[in-house]
Amino acid sequence: MNARDKDFDAASGGGPGGAADAGERNLAPATQSPHAPAQAMPAVGSSRIHESARAQVAGRATYIDDIPELRGTLHAAPILSPVAHGSLRGVDAQPALALPGVRGVVLAADIPGDPVLATFVHDEPIFARDSVQHVGQVIGLVVADSVQSARRAARLVKLDIEALPAVLDVRAAHAAQSYVLPPVVVRRGEPEAALTASAHRLQGQLEVGGQEHFYLEGQVAYAIPREQGQWHIHSSTQHPGEVQHWVAHALGLENNAVTVECRRMGGGFGGKETQAGHMAVWAALAARKLGRPVKLRLDRDDDFMITGKRHPFAYDWQVGFDDSGRITALKLDMLANCGFSADLSGPVADRAIFHTDNAYFLSDVEIASYRCKTNVQSHTAFRGFGGPQGVIAIEAILGDIARHLRLDPLQVRLRNLYSEEVVQSPSTGSGRTDVASLQAVPTPTVRAEPVEAPRRNTTHYQMKVEDNILEPLISELAKTSRYEERRARIARWNAQSPVIKRGIALTPVKFGISFTATFFNQAGALVHVFTDGSVQLNHGGTEMGQGLHTKIMQVVADELGVPFERVRCTATETGKVPNASATAASSGTDLNGRAAQFAARNIRDNLAAFVAGLDGCGAGAVRLRAGEVISPTCTRSFDEVVRLAYANRIQLWSDGFYRTPKIHYDKVTLTGRPFYYFSYGAACSEVAIDTLTGESRVLAVDILHDVGTSINPAIDIGQIEGGFVQGMGWLTTEQLVWTADGKLATHAPSTYKIPATGDIPEHFTVALWPEPNREDNVGGSKAVGEPPFMLGISVWEAIRDAVASAGAPQNASRLVAPATPENVLRALGGV
Amino acid sequence: MDNKTIRFIRRGELVSLGNVPPDRTLLELLREDLGCTGTKEGCNEGDCGACTVVLAEPDQGGLRWRAVNSCIRLAHSVDGTAVYTVEDLAPAEGPLHPAQEAMVQCHGSQCGFCTPGFVMSLFGMYQNHVCRGERIDRALAQVELSGNLCRCTGYRPILDAAQRMAELPPVRVDEAALLAQLQGIAPRAASGGYMAPTTLADLLAVRAAHPQAQIVAGTTDVGLWITKMHKRYEQVLDVTRVSELRRIEPWGETQGLSIGAAVSLTDAFAALVGQRPALQTFAERFAGLPVRNAGTLGGNIANGSPIGDSMPLLIALGAQLVLASARGERTLALEDFYTGYRKTVLAPDEVVARVLVPGPSQGEFLRAYKISKRYDDDISAICLVIAMQREGNAVRSVRIGAGGVAATPARARQAEALLAGRPWTAEAAEAAAERLRAEFSPISDMRASAAYRRQVLGNLMTRFWLESQGATSLNLENFRLDDEVTA
Repeated sequence: MNARDKDFDAASGGGPGGAADAGERNLAPATQSPHAPAQAMPAVGSSRIHESARAQVAGRATYIDDIPELRGTLHAAPILSPVAHGSLRGVDAQPALALPGVRGVVLAADIPGDPVLATFVHDEPIFARDSVQHVGQVIGLVVADSVQSARRAARLVKLDIEALPAVLDVRAAHAAQSYVLPPVVVRRGEPEAALTASAHRLQGQLEVGGQEHFYLEGQVAYAIPREQGQWHIHSSTQHPGEVQHWVAHALGLENNAVTVECRRMGGGFGGKETQAGHMAVWAALAARKLGRPVKLRLDRDDDFMITGKRHPFAYDWQVGFDDSGRITALKLDMLANCGFSADLSGPVADRAIFHTDNAYFLSDVEIASYRCKTNVQSHTAFRGFGGPQGVIAIEAILGDIARHLRLDPLQVRLRNLYSEEVVQSPSTGSGRTDVASLQAVPTPTVRAEPVEAPRRNTTHYQMKVEDNILEPLISELAKTSRYEERRARIARWNAQSPVIKRGIALTPVKFGISFTATFFNQAGALVHVFTDGSVQLNHGGTEMGQGLHTKIMQVVADELGVPFERVRCTATETGKVPNASATAASSGTDLNGRAAQFAARNIRDNLAAFVAGLDGCGAGAVRLRAGEVISPTCTRSFDEVVRLAYANRIQLWSDGFYRTPKIHYDKVTLTGRPFYYFSYGAACSEVAIDTLTGESRVLAVDILHDVGTSINPAIDIGQIEGGFVQGMGWLTTEQLVWTADGKLATHAPSTYKIPATGDIPEHFTVALWPEPNREDNVGGSKAVGEPPFMLGISVWEAIRDAVASAGAPQNASRLVAPATPENVLRALGGV
Repeated sequence: MDNKTIRFIRRGELVSLGNVPPDRTLLELLREDLGCTGTKEGCNEGDCGACTVVLAEPDQGGLRWRAVNSCIRLAHSVDGTAVYTVEDLAPAEGPLHPAQEAMVQCHGSQCGFCTPGFVMSLFGMYQNHVCRGERIDRALAQVELSGNLCRCTGYRPILDAAQRMAELPPVRVDEAALLAQLQGIAPRAASGGYMAPTTLADLLAVRAAHPQAQIVAGTTDVGLWITKMHKRYEQVLDVTRVSELRRIEPWGETQGLSIGAAVSLTDAFAALVGQRPALQTFAERFAGLPVRNAGTLGGNIANGSPIGDSMPLLIALGAQLVLASARGERTLALEDFYTGYRKTVLAPDEVVARVLVPGPSQGEFLRAYKISKRYDDDISAICLVIAMQREGNAVRSVRIGAGGVAATPARARQAEALLAGRPWTAEAAEAAAERLRAEFSPISDMRASAAYRRQVLGNLMTRFWLESQGATSLNLENFRLDDEVTA
């Protein structure tokens, strides 16, 4: 069951007033500890190297395919549908079985449990049975002694498929009302009336492509049957708990029979949130049938063919605005191309709605979201989770407004930011403020209005934006990147350059942090202190390179007052911390870090109370720091205190549990406070395009990003840079192309091009906004995984700026994402 | 068929492996046979670089260090070399190698899966640059790491690491000792399923005797036939040991070059760039470094892919091809080598022996244009190379090679004919552009549409015209921001 989608149920303990509010020992916020916080914070705030870095550079970090294989291990390879839509009439596996080394074939009939995956919508067969719904859908597995034999044999299986008409285009799916889930409409105010009353109106369309995750480690699982009907599954997954649930469901077992383990992934990016579960289920079914351990490691081409991508989107929009470019009305239709099943499309499309405002106040607005069913891979989570598809729509619209009015796009963006300004009716012509220069940025208006007067600080889903720092953040970045001066220079340069045109854009991001399914915002951790004083940490989050373990080790080290080096983090395992949420929604550190902090705090409390008893002081007078336990009368080493405590039968290990406060959200009306807080940032990008070929290059990038108080600046900057480059790739080189008969033609890195070293601009700076999270979050930090991805949209807007300067301004609106050379030349009218 | 024992040096020790099938890859050998799982399979087609290892082999009295993709390299091809994987750079408990330590210090490893490949590319750079006292700057790092993909970091920390290696305490390989060891395991004569003759005469004899054997050189394409198309080969004929095919020699009256078919793309392009510096960037954009290090010029030509980048260049340069068999040699123009999609005039007993490239003539104006979605390590949607000789304001002669426009690499004879002997004017260039658009019927595929290809073919002639008139800032390849912006 995918929990993201489930209705929030207050009685289950997810929101204010929920039953779980009472009597939980782990819910105390940091400031309520009986002990003074440690004076020195030696680990948190420092750029510790990634806990696995030394093993990784030496080739000694173990990924699933590196685990020494148990005797008798077999290897599986998938049998794929070559047809986009059709009736599956027969499978002839004899040619495969005849190959030496082939041990068997696994098909839908071999599934002991439910033949449908345990997803929320319950619409995805484990193996295609009567019909196939996309090229690459898995019909079964061939199992053999070697990977090579299995892959060779899988291609020999004969399939009898009667082709049926396939829906491949998202607009065609929408026209046919082919949906995986019902449409959702969010509305505020009177958008139609406001459009009519607007001083200016524009309308347009936008097409934005999907994106392949291209985690360097492809999908892999290793299923090991154990005694008495138990299973151990090694899975490269962001969500071991869901893999456990899916495997048990498919095998017809209770969850307690299945343990899922993941030490690390070679990248995830959302692509291993649900999609990894398929691998594990398939491997387990093969292992069950053959009674042997089975490993399933997808070939990269098969991975491309089988697994879902970022949802491609298409948009139709109408916007009304005043002379200053301030939006007065918006109507937006969003068509999400979901592929053949729902997967996470519901919450992805929801988050696209939530982020259509990005950083801007939308007074009268209607957003209609259609979750279109097509005969391609089932599109899934990908860093940003629909957020990027929401943000790019409004940024594109603002860019178009600015070009229409011949205003600086940055000034139009600033004019539309959330603020404390009182909302004025569109007919009053509120937006006639002079915005000729940056200094004219509107400041909060102070006037004697009733307190109830609505202000431009509430989102279209009724959440008040309380922690807005974008106006000063953008102004600071505009200053440090010398935006205005460069824009003027670029205009002069373009005027004398016939072929190459440059463009610049500064775009912000505001990203809501929390799972929108409120009940997902919980986490557990387990901290052990052993009798030698060493510390072992386990929590429900998974490590995919983002440095989650490192950050949480820092938090635990400081909580126990021991050196960072004394803490070790072990593999994520469903048997240690159960029912953990996916490591997703940027929430890994927020949730698991706090849970681990609470676990460590319980141990610290035990030790402090014990020492207080020894030294006759209050527990609050005992401090743990730098490997020492200090009471008013005595300083002992941490190790000595641990030894003494053990001898006196004091508990030296603890669990910890955390759930995010304040959040609530009504799924029916799509209103409430789905997010605990917002993360902010902005990027200024400069590009050049070649008007003869449509090629583009990113020339310079400056980023100012908000991570609150950074737990680990090097890791956070790594997330910002990596996220930015991935977002840039989505909108420039990374093009997914399906053939007319529904086959993904960009099937491997030979044809699908993620950014390489040469795409990184020489000038590339990242600065961190120096302010703690205004909400009480672990270490004062903010989540960082997804928000920087959307900074890549500045590159897209800069390319559109260059396109506009090369010809008619409206050419920019014709650009289709990604901005490949061909798409740029097409927008310029050159193809 | 018996397969000869593979012998190579690893961690200073001789590794000797028998009965390895001729089509087994080096990555399979490392991970499955030797249990060394530090080297990763990322894509199994030589595009991501996670499988990068470094080979050292005797070369002109010294050692030659090359980073290559182990996933598409045949295991037998490392016979007689020293193989370095990521596990071999530092002792388990000892200090890390500078290539590793720099990656740690610069936070260049996040998920860590691409990391072994980057470390090995960095190790190759360390041996080839740092150990020779050469500075690694950012531009060099970008070029030499272009065959390694990272999805986490955004590359900045890795580019930093490349530049930091030299600042760390040095680690030197005892090259003299390694060379002596390698000389003790010099590859032996061809035998069994993996045949690797060392002389041209032997090669031609083996070729005549085993016309069904799959000829391989760097296996940067044949490797994919094994890993992706799952073809099996019982007999493989490796041409890269043939001494006559490994040479680059002066040729002809125009100070041209004779490039042996087994010369690596790295070396072949170095020689071509040496004669024609305008080709520097084009050479760097040919695949990634591990592919250039493994792939050969002869292999690129013989493979006959319509989207290979060396053929349009060589056609424009007027290159000729020498084919050899036990019956003798014949020479033909490169463009006459191809008869259809991946079809050539090569006889069953023939091999491509060498490429003859005329030297630059006085007044040659040469530009090689490559259009692809990604700047580095991508296959061209369109490749257009124009070599023009002018006399005063007139075109004395012009040769135009084009890739991605037809079933074979092509020569644009119609556009050439339009220009030859005529005044070189904007109108002439525009007419040539139109002719180029009309001359070919490219296909639409995942790289570009036919309409785009046709349009840009002509537009590149426009770019060529503008460049011939001295215009600058026309090509993003060499476009740099002025200092004021990046200061």
